[in-house]
Amino acid sequence: MKDLLAAIMLSGIYGLLSASFFVAMDAVDVAFTEASVGAGISTLLMLAAITITGHSEDPVRHKPVLAAIVVFITGGMLIYGTLDMPYFGTAQAPVHLHVVPRYITESMQEIGVPNIVTSVLASYRAFDTLGEVVVIFTAGMGVLALLSMVHGPMEKAEFESINDSMHEKYLILRIVTKILIPFILIYALYVQFHGDYGPGGGFQAGVIFAAAIILYAMLFGMRTARRVVNQALVRLIAAFGVLFYGSVGVVSLLNGKNFLDYSALSADPVAGQHLGILLIELGVGFTVASVMVIIFFNFEGRRKKSNTTETKV
Amino acid sequence: MNISSGLFLLVGSFLCVSGGVGVLRFPDFYTRMHAVGVTDTLATAMILIGLMLQMPEGIVVLKLIVILLMTLFISPTASHALANAAMNNNLKPKLNMNEDSKGQTSSNP
Repeated sequence: MKDLLAAIMLSGIYGLLSASFFVAMDAVDVAFTEASVGAGISTLLMLAAITITGHSEDPVRHKPVLAAIVVFITGGMLIYGTLDMPYFGTAQAPVHLHVVPRYITESMQEIGVPNIVTSVLASYRAFDTLGEVVVIFTAGMGVLALLSMVHGPMEKAEFESINDSMHEKYLILRIVTKILIPFILIYALYVQFHGDYGPGGGFQAGVIFAAAIILYAMLFGMRTARRVVNQALVRLIAAFGVLFYGSVGVVSLLNGKNFLDYSALSADPVAGQHLGILLIELGVGFTVASVMVIIFFNFEGRRKKSNTTETKV
Repeated sequence: MNISSGLFLLVGSFLCVSGGVGVLRFPDFYTRMHAVGVTDTLATAMILIGLMLQMPEGIVVLKLIVILLMTLFISPTASHALANAAMNNNLKPKLNMNEDSKGQTSSNP
């Protein structure tokens, strides 16, 4: 595939298809994440990336025979490995014998949250999730370190994007976007706070929230979006989310329980669990949303910069 | 109730399929886009109405109505954005239909 745009579109379609087969396998939470992250925001970020790098692949000089051999050997070994695995869906599989029975039978008494996926993700495996949030945070910091630049006085001379909000060329898109953005934001909040009861949670909500802001930035120009979304504030929120998550754990540590054991947060352990899950999902949502915004804004800012230098030369 | 719901679902799926056929058969970018853009909105609406009739309970119907409104806004806008982008990139519509007859496959847009 030489055309990178087509490759990105295909990967987006693949994301959507895999979301639908996750639904078919009853993994609604995973499907939701895949649809919002795999098909939605990562496609968007890759599109932003190829506006910097150009649309077509460099011609390949070497023959990729070696790579093909490696791929075939690894694939063959993986398939050989699956022969040892238990039959798909058997009750005797180790996955179904280790901790899952406890999650299914006792999570309602211990955590009191109807969506077992959320209680596993946010309470039983809270430390892993903290790790994931830190990974996302680190990715955002990496993008900042590599792509951000000092906004000197040159920024002022940046060529004007079409700033008139009722410009004829984008009239329909802008009006529809203005109608839709509040609904997208409300939906993100719904996903955020409904994660205990249905599919959803901080990761998906953060991505949806960021998508609304990115949509605004794409249609109304980066300058307008910069004025709405304060970059320093976004960075602060990204750090705050991780810190918030961690400090919930420290609070339970200080109260004499294990790190991230939310029973310590309230007199009633189940209410404490509920509160803890709500709080850490909030931290996750903060970090994910602001990191996505940071990544997009820095990609786009980079493009503007390279364009201006080109026009100067 | 079940019959009418099934009817709606059938019409919706038929429209989806006809849109797909249109994408494959029509000669140039704009007509292809037209085929999908027009049928998709109606097909989604039909399928959603069929689903509403399947489960006439408050919260489900409300959610489906919200989805319906969203698609009614988004789908035509997406078509418009596509067509607009194609027009801005100087893709000319194929106007002279008589000269390239059905045997000739259209060049990829």
